Amino acid sequence: MAKRIDVSGLHVYYGDFLAVEDVSMTIEPRSVTAFIGSSGCGKSTFLRTLNRMHEVTPGARVQGKVMLDDQDIYAPDVDPVAVRREIGMVFQRPNPFPTMSIYDNVIAGAKLNNKRLSKSEADDLVERSLRGANLWDEVKDRLGKPGAGLSGGQQQRLCIARAIAVEPAVLLMDEPCSALDPISTLAIEDLISKLKESYTIVIVTHNMQQAARVSDVTAFFNLAGTGKPGKLIEMGETNKIFTKPEKKETENYITGRFG
Amino acid sequence: MISKEDSPTTTRAPEGGARVPKGKRRAGDVIFAGGAQGSGILILAILAGVAAFLVIQSFDSLMANTANFFTTSEWDPNVREEPAFGVAALAFGTVLAAAIALLIATPVAIGIALFIVYYAPRRVAAVLGYVVDLLAAIPSVVYGLWGIGWLVVELGPFYQILEEYLGFIPLFAGPISTTGRTMLSAGIVLAVMILPIITAMSRDVFQQVPQAHREAALALGATRWEMIRMAVIPFGRPGIIGGAMLGLGRALGETMAVAMILSPSLVISWFLLQSGNQTIAAHIALQYPEATGYGVSALIAAGLVLFAITLVVNMAARFVVSRRKEFS
Ligand SMILES: Nc1ncnc2c1ncn2[C@@H]1O[C@H](COP(=O)(O)OP(=O)(O)OP(=O)(O)O)[C@@H](O)[C@H]1O
Ligand SMILES: [Mg+2]
Repeated sequence: MAKRIDVSGLHVYYGDFLAVEDVSMTIEPRSVTAFIGSSGCGKSTFLRTLNRMHEVTPGARVQGKVMLDDQDIYAPDVDPVAVRREIGMVFQRPNPFPTMSIYDNVIAGAKLNNKRLSKSEADDLVERSLRGANLWDEVKDRLGKPGAGLSGGQQQRLCIARAIAVEPAVLLMDEPCSALDPISTLAIEDLISKLKESYTIVIVTHNMQQAARVSDVTAFFNLAGTGKPGKLIEMGETNKIFTKPEKKETENYITGRFG
Repeated sequence: MISKEDSPTTTRAPEGGARVPKGKRRAGDVIFAGGAQGSGILILAILAGVAAFLVIQSFDSLMANTANFFTTSEWDPNVREEPAFGVAALAFGTVLAAAIALLIATPVAIGIALFIVYYAPRRVAAVLGYVVDLLAAIPSVVYGLWGIGWLVVELGPFYQILEEYLGFIPLFAGPISTTGRTMLSAGIVLAVMILPIITAMSRDVFQQVPQAHREAALALGATRWEMIRMAVIPFGRPGIIGGAMLGLGRALGETMAVAMILSPSLVISWFLLQSGNQTIAAHIALQYPEATGYGVSALIAAGLVLFAITLVVNMAARFVVSRRKEFS
């Protein structure tokens, strides 16, 4: 069940350092939202606050509000663990568990929710998730082999399979293709287009063509200056951002003129 | 020889390393390689020397032995005409004491290591780490004194409870020793002694678990404990096993603490709460001063068995630790 994310007035700090300032945005369900912007402007930082993964970093904290449909994910009685089960994450470097087989990687998260997964349920889930990640045909004959033995692109799709096996509402992806070759990148992009039918997807990317290809909405972040916090400059339909951006900064960035 | 090679190399060096002909060996490399190789050979020579000494010295008594050395428990090497002795009970006691120690120490060590790395506030973790290292530095005589003077007494009531509730298991059957100088006491003291090694090794591997794996687990909605079970322990397992093997090696060879605590008897006994059993190392230490005739040679034969057991354990540890390389 895809859900809407509603962020208002979000500030993110690392200790005393304000990394991201005053972001408000709405991320629509069943769509792909791309975050673009120069290095260090806080895209990853902001993304990680959407499922409270930033809390893993000592000293990181937020101010502001993030709503998942009508639930405030920062409400005092909300468990971050529960938030992360609803909002999954795929990382820049493929990170399958090296000690687990492909099969065990896929059901690792699902097992947390449901300890008594029967063998046939688990088999179903593994097949469904791997098919969902466009990986089934490539690995169905070696499910018992280590996940680390796959190619980088396959590993990344394995990580996506692992993330969707817990049936989240939202999938956050932080530069999921930056460690991959063009063919694997295309495979992941195809997958993203397919996944958006059932999930809310947010993807951080440095690749403008990629943002243009896969996303419906694009958000451009930028630094106000060195040592200053990152900000959301402009957000809108991808087409519009790439053809008629409203802000000069956005235009400079997407046409490759900085400054 | 070396100085001849040395001078052209040093004069040529400033012109750039690329000019040095391929295959030319620099003096530093030669010295270092030679030294390293020498040390390696020396270690092997010492090992071979010890083994040869043990074999040669034990030969006399083993030839004169009228009993089967491996299946006999008695130790009577000085009976005229027919010395009879064997390591059965000693080897059994050695392995049993070490096994008890390992069984107790490993889970505790993993717990401490996890606490240090993932739960304790930074300052507490630093202090704990220091204390663990300190424990490793305490001489075994001191552990022995502590064991006999304090632990054995304090454990009395605990043993009674064990016997009362778990007495139906032969391991904990009574009547319990009134002195507390039992196999279980020895095992517990050994466990405390090997705790630091296992803790330190486990802590090191837990610290090496890549952030990516930990975040992968957390992002799936794992709690901290689930993250540890999913990502940390499987990743650290080879290190834990390596640490446990090193600890086992130490427990097998420990002399003083066991000699002080255990009230020995040369029988094979599974009753951990009764006095009895003995380990090879403690037996040698206690018997050697008074050994005469075949006695000395017989003790050396026992030493040979201990040497073999330890060698096997250490080789197993090396094997396990080296297998880790695939994972990092
Ligand atoms: N763990 C951390 N502790 C302190 N500061 C951090 C930490 N992580 C990131 N920062 C700072 O926060 C700011 C935003 O970093 P972030 O990684 O979110 O940028 P980004 O937009 O994802 O960059 P990139 O495109 O290079 O991935 C940077 O100034 C960075 O130095
Ligand atoms: Mg980033």
